[in-house]
Amino acid sequence: MSTVNLNKPLSKPLLRIEDLRVCFDTYAGTVQAVRGVDLDLRPGEVLAIVGESGCGKSVTAQAVMQLNPSPPARVESGRILMDGQDLLALTDRQMRQIRGREISMIFQDPMTSLNPTARIGRQIEESILQHRRVSRAEARARAVETLGLVGIANPQARMRQYPYEFSGGMRQRVMIAMALVCSPKILIADEPTTALDVTIQSQIIDLLLDLRKKLGTTILIITHDMGVVADIADRVAVMYAGLIVEQGTVRELFYQPRHPYTAGLLNSIPRMNQRKTALVPIEGNPPDLLHPPAGCPFAGRCGRCMRICAESMPDKTQLTGEHFVRCWLEHEYAPGREASRVP
Amino acid sequence: MFLEVKGLKKYFPLSGRRVLRAVDDVSFSIRRGETMGLVGESGCGKTTLGRTIIGLYPPTDGEILLEGRSITRLKGREAYALTKDIQMIFQDPYASLNPRMTVSDIIAEGLDLHGMYKNAARQQRVFELLHMVGMLPEHASRFPHEFSGGQRQRIGIARALAVEPRLIICDEPISALDVSIQAQVINLLQKLQQELGLTYLFIAHDLAVVEHISTRIGVMYLGALVELGEAHALMANPLHPYTRALLSAVPFADPDASRARKRIRLAGEVPSPVSVTQGCKFQTRCPYCTEECTRSMPPMRQAGPDHAIACFHAEAVG
Repeated sequence: MSTVNLNKPLSKPLLRIEDLRVCFDTYAGTVQAVRGVDLDLRPGEVLAIVGESGCGKSVTAQAVMQLNPSPPARVESGRILMDGQDLLALTDRQMRQIRGREISMIFQDPMTSLNPTARIGRQIEESILQHRRVSRAEARARAVETLGLVGIANPQARMRQYPYEFSGGMRQRVMIAMALVCSPKILIADEPTTALDVTIQSQIIDLLLDLRKKLGTTILIITHDMGVVADIADRVAVMYAGLIVEQGTVRELFYQPRHPYTAGLLNSIPRMNQRKTALVPIEGNPPDLLHPPAGCPFAGRCGRCMRICAESMPDKTQLTGEHFVRCWLEHEYAPGREASRVP
Repeated sequence: MFLEVKGLKKYFPLSGRRVLRAVDDVSFSIRRGETMGLVGESGCGKTTLGRTIIGLYPPTDGEILLEGRSITRLKGREAYALTKDIQMIFQDPYASLNPRMTVSDIIAEGLDLHGMYKNAARQQRVFELLHMVGMLPEHASRFPHEFSGGQRQRIGIARALAVEPRLIICDEPISALDVSIQAQVINLLQKLQQELGLTYLFIAHDLAVVEHISTRIGVMYLGALVELGEAHALMANPLHPYTRALLSAVPFADPDASRARKRIRLAGEVPSPVSVTQGCKFQTRCPYCTEECTRSMPPMRQAGPDHAIACFHAEAVG
């Protein structure tokens, strides 16, 4: 298991998201989907963004690729820096050179992301020819090689097949092959295993970790599944109502969760091989981001809510080199802060 | 026995004389007041099994008994009356509520059809049901789109409870919900079971959830039941090679333990339920497959107290 060595200076981030704010203009008003996200993606790591539907995790990932449909989506502020360049300032044409070549993305449902009327081989070659000055024969050779790399048996023959001839797990492998064919530095995987059965899910997780090892690809994975996070991530960012409420190494997050939301999430999942104890749900629902609350967005559902929580948004409190939390309970003047610490 | 399913088959005819064997010779029984969990991967036939039991699909063969009375091929008035005994909760709370009906009308639809609770009593009953599922009387006059997924699922549960059924088939009732909401609905289902003495057939693919809620669990593969037993015993000591592989694939929210777990990797993928095979359904992916397995389907046999498996070699697997 890879852990981050705190004595070593942290490597320079490959991608840096600074104060990203994304909103959606709807008839009902403006939905503030992402409300100030800062995130560093370091070379070679697997960073997971975890959260429930509507928390802004996918919108954040799609903002990096500039795939949020606009309108209604609008980036209100923020920078997304890669090699000192702000991706948000690029033209559409320049951005097309980044997508697929520098950063690639795979999605939850591989069937809707593939063209049902074109052969798999042609679709993969297409993404090579977009970015590289190579002949079709060279592109084909590269496509076959990549299909083999993602564990598709008999790639020569399968190149000539259509998406419907592949199973769900195999389609996701094809998507991964297509994403990696131009050797991007970053792979963004948005719920890559959610539509798959558990046995296939574990194969895809193995594949992603194997590709990271072989190719050194940096992976940003978006998921709601804490089990998947536990298996794949080096670091984790927990999002709630458009904000990162807690972030740290995977062990810090699971073994010393400090935000009541993170702790609540972990408590509400049933575990296998544990004798029955009633589950502890998080009562209530996430806030409506048409009218985001002034204070902590979790205040209404939090068992340890104080008066200040409803009034103003807590800043980040850095707990270790990696671990921070946005919670008034962790503020240095918070009552009983020491007592609440988990040893 | 409260519910008995004997040799149930549900085949769907396809073009060119091909047959899809969705449920292939399944037998089990459920005791009154217990929760029987049914797990398996997509396409294993667990939903078809649930729908056949409630009578949405006529079975191809086999027998279903509710308290000793056959409910297998009921028609007309009898089939109608059965919907008072068995109700269903569906996976997608967005698709399973009529968007043009008020919550009150959705919940009371069964009451109206069966002529129960008329006039003022009907309103009172709707409020009572809303209260039971943790909602408020003022929700009765609203429409489904005004509610979140978790609340809609509560409405679906209230609708199922309205006609005072004894058996509820829960088909993936929480898979469409967010993690923090899932626990709310699980706790609600357990509370209602205790209060009303309900019996559940709980169909889901999330093994940890099924273990949590079930007293007994059945594992399905390609239309067949391969293992059946007391929930904790089965999860702690799975015997069928498929169950073992399935359980080992589930990641859990504990990074050190999850990464250290021993995994059994299965070769290939689930074959099509259309291709006709002889012998064990799991033979194409089973590492312990022998010639015997290709000749005949291993029958269900006792492997421990309240633990049965359909495998010739389970003892050798250990």
